[in-house]
Amino acid sequence: MDTFVQQLINGLTIGSIYALIALGYTMVYGILRLINFAHGDIYMVGAYAGFFIATSMGFAANPSAFGFVVTLVGAMAISAALGMAIERFAYRPVRKFSKMTTLITAIGMSLLIEYLFIFIFSPTPRSFPQLLPVENFTLFGNATISSSQLMIFVISLLLMGVLQFIIYKTKIGKAMRAVSFNITSAKLMGINTNFVIAFTFALGSALAAAGGVLTAQYNPKIDPLMGIMTGLKAFVAAVLGGIGNIPGAVLGGLLIGAAETLVVGYGGYIGIPSTYRDAIAFAILIVVLLVTPAGLLGSNVQEKV
Amino acid sequence: MTRFFLTLSLVISIFSSFACVQKGGTGPAASTGDTIRVGVYGDTTGATSSFGVSTKNGIALAFDEINAAGGVNGKKLEMLFEDSQGSPEKAKTVISKLINQDKVVAVLGEVASSNSLAAAPVAQEAKIPMITPSSTNPKVTEVGDYISRVCFIDPFQGSVMAKFAANTLKAKTAAVLGDNSSDYSKGLTQFFEQEFVKLGGTVITKQTYNQKDQDFKAQLTQMRDQKPDVIYIPGYYGEVGIIARQARELGMNQPLLGGDGWDSPELWKLGGEALKNAYISNHYSADNPAPEIQNFVKSYTAKFGVAPDSLAALAYDSAKVLADAIKRAGGTDSAKLKDAINATKGLAGVTGSITLDANRNAVKPAVVLELTPAQSKFTFKETIYPEGMSAPATTAASNTAANTPANTATNANSTAVTNANTAPATNTTK
Repeated sequence: MDTFVQQLINGLTIGSIYALIALGYTMVYGILRLINFAHGDIYMVGAYAGFFIATSMGFAANPSAFGFVVTLVGAMAISAALGMAIERFAYRPVRKFSKMTTLITAIGMSLLIEYLFIFIFSPTPRSFPQLLPVENFTLFGNATISSSQLMIFVISLLLMGVLQFIIYKTKIGKAMRAVSFNITSAKLMGINTNFVIAFTFALGSALAAAGGVLTAQYNPKIDPLMGIMTGLKAFVAAVLGGIGNIPGAVLGGLLIGAAETLVVGYGGYIGIPSTYRDAIAFAILIVVLLVTPAGLLGSNVQEKV
Repeated sequence: MTRFFLTLSLVISIFSSFACVQKGGTGPAASTGDTIRVGVYGDTTGATSSFGVSTKNGIALAFDEINAAGGVNGKKLEMLFEDSQGSPEKAKTVISKLINQDKVVAVLGEVASSNSLAAAPVAQEAKIPMITPSSTNPKVTEVGDYISRVCFIDPFQGSVMAKFAANTLKAKTAAVLGDNSSDYSKGLTQFFEQEFVKLGGTVITKQTYNQKDQDFKAQLTQMRDQKPDVIYIPGYYGEVGIIARQARELGMNQPLLGGDGWDSPELWKLGGEALKNAYISNHYSADNPAPEIQNFVKSYTAKFGVAPDSLAALAYDSAKVLADAIKRAGGTDSAKLKDAINATKGLAGVTGSITLDANRNAVKPAVVLELTPAQSKFTFKETIYPEGMSAPATTAASNTAANTPANTATNANSTAVTNANTAPATNTTK
């Protein structure tokens, strides 16, 4: 029993990270019908931004809650700016062309960021400093939760709450919902759609950066290609939950994380070796899409942001 | 529209400027007839980049020393380096380039067995000798007679750790966490288990991960329940550091065991204090006071600013083996050169005396090192000799070595050991 709980904690920890990244995919898709393939790399940029803030401002040497918050917020701000820049200079100029053009641009952008980082910062993995002391708490029996895992849960929940608030309780959120509902009508109603789209990119990128910094606290190895697999799984999570649907992205992320961990933990008993953890994420996607093509929570009626 | 093209041209110009910079960096100077061109390939930018950097440095040091002493047969050795980026596909591409375009007379590399396995058939087909300094998977040299190595092989390395676990640590049960994407790791897992079972132990659980995985707690949680005495992790440093950290976070304080794939300065940054109570098998110990080893450590450190790891030492030895073979072959005719390399016998290297057996593998003792994260350093623990070494003379040798680290692998000892052992080790390979 305690092993099962432990595995669930492990799974939900990585699931929360997937959920944070999936939110960015789903919001951009909801508004532009664009799959922003560079989003996984923004997650990586977030981790690198955090790394440089933490090392340059000396937080690495004396860990403190203050240092951690500055690092997290700083990384989120830098990534938000990058997300807006990418939208402004790469996606906006091609927005009026076909969907395929934008999609290819997104793939190009992803490769550009990855190899630019390899070029500038070298491909050697870096070790992210521990910004808060790690402690382990025993829940019951053998089941433990480390402070870094706890932090991932708390901060992800907090950020998702903030996102929910922005979308449903603020003016800009209302504008986002309007744009996602119908971009042309929104424009006719006097909504500055370019601003709303830029804001959406900023929001999604900030969440991905938070995911990057949080992951780096849990698993301190960062490298320029770390965003590929994680980004792909987050994308799967977004599609699984119903792309364009915000609660769906969170649900999808948690499901993928938990499934992955349980496959490693218990797959052996039913003949699935632990190496298939990645394959499982994608197998689940295929099955879900066969049964409900719109994803778990996705439907044509629901508002998409 | 104009803006779009403006952006596009900007992007293109950025790309092309990179291309220029990179060409400038790696482009070999045109060789004259007075040099012997040797191809070297390794991973200097991928997941195991510290391996490639050490290898390149070790060979550069050896070539410098050889050239300073007048070169080989009056000609200077010239290194042409290509980056394999740690991927088997890329390794195959760069070795083709070295052989077909750069017309090298021999190739030194790769470190990771999967990459060497991908590249070796190219060298074999082109009949260009390839010496891998540090690929330990047995299959590498089975590719053909042009492929050889200067390190020991996994059946031995895996058994060394099994022996250490069973005899020194008195472990009865072990868990194995292997890297499913590497031939190196699979080989070590298999041979560790074989030997450990033979010594009366049980491997109670085997789990795997993939390179670049971020989370290992799922596998570790499963292991924790079974309470193994030791955990064997035959992987590369990038993942091992994180695994150690996550294992300790889950309250698993068992000794962690590994192989030469852990040997990298990066390991300390990733694993930190979690690497306490861990041991690896390795090719040589920089602590060894033998003068030839200390001279090597001194000149390497002076040139590159870091202490040499075992991969640098093996690379240095592979260059010495090649130079020696070219001298004996009287030139660079590829068939003669291959024969000369394969006939290498008793060549004194920093990783011990090098003699190639019938399968072109070097047979050498291994050292067990203990990790001391406080000083970011591997400390010598004991020397373990190849099997079949139970002959009286060698038992004495291994005892002496175990008792007084100072004596590890003096040349006389290891030569005797190697020769005596050639036959039985050959059997293990098959």
